[in-house]
Amino acid sequence: MYDRAMCLGIPGQITDVLDEHYAIVDVGGAKRKINTDLAGNGTLKSGEWLLIHVGFALAVIDEAEAKATLALLEEMEDVYTQELQALAESQVHQASDAEDTP
Amino acid sequence: MKYVDEYREQTKAAALSEKIREITPLDSHYKIMEICGGHTHTIYKYGIESYLPDNIHLVHGPGCPVCVIPLGRVDDAIAISLQDVIFTCFGDMIRVPGNKRSLGDAKAQGADVRIVYSPLDALHIAEQNPSRQVVFLAIGFETTAPATAIALKRAKAMRISNFSVFCNHVTIIPPLVAILDSENVEIDAFIGPGHVAAVTGSRIFAQITETYATPVVVSGFEPLDVLQSVYMLVKQFHEGVRKVENQYSRVVSYGGNPVALRVMEETMEVRPYFEWRGLGTISNSGLKINSEYADFDAENRFSIPGTEVKEPRACQCGQVLQGKIKPYECKVFGKACTPEKPIGTCMVSAEGACAAYYNYGRFMEINAKLVKSTK
Ligand code: SF4
Repeated sequence: MYDRAMCLGIPGQITDVLDEHYAIVDVGGAKRKINTDLAGNGTLKSGEWLLIHVGFALAVIDEAEAKATLALLEEMEDVYTQELQALAESQVHQASDAEDTP
Repeated sequence: MKYVDEYREQTKAAALSEKIREITPLDSHYKIMEICGGHTHTIYKYGIESYLPDNIHLVHGPGCPVCVIPLGRVDDAIAISLQDVIFTCFGDMIRVPGNKRSLGDAKAQGADVRIVYSPLDALHIAEQNPSRQVVFLAIGFETTAPATAIALKRAKAMRISNFSVFCNHVTIIPPLVAILDSENVEIDAFIGPGHVAAVTGSRIFAQITETYATPVVVSGFEPLDVLQSVYMLVKQFHEGVRKVENQYSRVVSYGGNPVALRVMEETMEVRPYFEWRGLGTISNSGLKINSEYADFDAENRFSIPGTEVKEPRACQCGQVLQGKIKPYECKVFGKACTPEKPIGTCMVSAEGACAAYYNYGRFMEINAKLVKSTK
């Protein structure tokens, strides 16, 4: 069982844009599928950094911001490992594709 | 590790601390409320208070989503979980005590309660289990509500009819207004929640500065972000202005995230009133699923007791959430109430003020020494 810090986003770097709803991101070395409906307006590119919250990209962020947030999370040890673990167990990456939403 | 240096250098913190001391008017005390539990976490973890003059007091606000869920809604969630469903929720909701028990207790007694990381995980479970009802317990402020909104939209588009949401989303402005309106509370300024503002935009705080002349600085989560936000607020006191400023422009814009705001608008509506733990009933503060998505509303699908439950007498979370007392001033803090056996919600989530203080309070003295040694 784990607790999560709800307000903290976790940064991930896009390795693959799958379609207009999903992208694969590298989060702390692990590859995850996340939903991108809320960020980037369909213009996301590999290499860009996203702020991820409950399986969704909430905002596009720059690399400096991403690295600083990662450093902060790493210092919070438990919170970070729990968040990573939760993301690893997430089934978003298996979710089948839907018709166009939103 | 250039970035770490850039953001966390002790000398920078000491310099900011010095600047804050220079311009803080000495003639009165200032109460600054950080709204978001993420900030509370940073403040205790890095001992931010030790960088501030004695007449600046940081108090903790109502922005930890887990902390503000009332007992009655936890009981409602448990009641749904016992109706032969797969009940899904975020990990931090499992231990939140209801009147008699928590969702974790219900699980131990046989309810099929599962932890998910994302509302889309819950939707996926529904897809995989078409013969079972799958309910997602939605909690959180404007940061999380858009994620629920998208899960609802996808459920509708994919016709996943065995999926529903027990919606407990809340909005950030009404509890602030309630706190400012309540007696015996004097908040001089707010540190605004960065990731809520990423969705809403910094503009929503204008009503706070306009109606109550209380300054707001939207802040990032780095220790230096929080210190700089305090500096910006103190500067406003010093110059006699009251406005909304955005310290976290790296992520937050004035207008917010238009897609997120749109999907919330399309799937949810404001409840006339909603109960908050410790703050009572606040009008227009909760979100419910709108009529267009009523088929996916667990409140229409299951019987829900909806009873109001009195908070345990020992629990002083309400006062903590309004900044009236510090966590350690609660009589049961660290004794009857610990993260292992919480009485109140503030002790459950890592972002709750009591849990943050319990976990990190002891570091504060060490940090204080660090600051002095860098001077
Ligand atoms: S110590 Fe426990 S009961 Fe007291 S305010 Fe904190 S969470 Fe509530």
